[in-house]
Amino acid sequence: MSRLLPYPVLTFGLVLIWLILTRFSLGHLLLGTCVAILASWAMGALQPDRPSLRRATAIPGLVGIVAWDILRSNAAVAWLILSGGRGGARRSGFLRIPLRLRHPAALAVLAIIVTATPGTAWLEYDPETGVLLLHVFDLVDEGDWLDLIQNRYEARLLEIFE
Amino acid sequence: MSHLDSVPLWVAIPVALLIVLGSGLTLLGTIGLVRLPSFYDRLHAPTLGTSWGTLGIVLASAILFTWLEKRLVIHELLIGLFVMITTPVTLMLLGRAALHRDRIEGLDAAPPPAGAPDNPDEQLP
Repeated sequence: MSRLLPYPVLTFGLVLIWLILTRFSLGHLLLGTCVAILASWAMGALQPDRPSLRRATAIPGLVGIVAWDILRSNAAVAWLILSGGRGGARRSGFLRIPLRLRHPAALAVLAIIVTATPGTAWLEYDPETGVLLLHVFDLVDEGDWLDLIQNRYEARLLEIFE
Repeated sequence: MSHLDSVPLWVAIPVALLIVLGSGLTLLGTIGLVRLPSFYDRLHAPTLGTSWGTLGIVLASAILFTWLEKRLVIHELLIGLFVMITTPVTLMLLGRAALHRDRIEGLDAAPPPAGAPDNPDEQLP
């Protein structure tokens, strides 16, 4: 099983994408499955250590939280651009955040979350110390941002991946 | 455009609102890209367009064509997914290039590399 399907989630996702892009039919299901299995073998050749999902049930919750946060920060940043940064009172700055996450896949997901959320930009991650350098668009209280990344996202990612 | 006449109001209104939301956010992002003062600030502005800017337009398209073709049309959502997954690559590349350059030029605004002492002058003999 694991030799035929080294990445079951990836394979399933690719089949799903294939079926969404085409119309559902038995032929497309078979063709898509073949492509997905070949692609997952290629992935297996590229990256030997596969991410292990410890608690996949926590994923929908994380997706919901992130979608809501992205919407909220979209509104916040749009307002800051419109109002000229609260009349010049906006202060942006760098922030160092020590991370407990070490898994590359989990870090990649965190990078996507941080980048997709307007207002925070992932600049640099040091794998030796595990410190992430963020740039924050509206740095009112550093503690709030630390709390957001470490408790809201990182804790859930730790729960899912490690 | 005659087929659009068949769209009822309860479909047209959310579609129109989502298009205005998506394109409005994208426009604001581009305005920010032009007007914000520093490079790191400007990094944030286009993410408006790559998050809900894209999502609004894509959702509007999915709703409208699901109605027009009388079947579930959701392949647009993949555009949003792929934009979201690939944005960090460009953003990190630009951000790190800017950091690298600012550090070489010795600008005070740039934070030192991780692990480096806060005041590098003290390390000199």
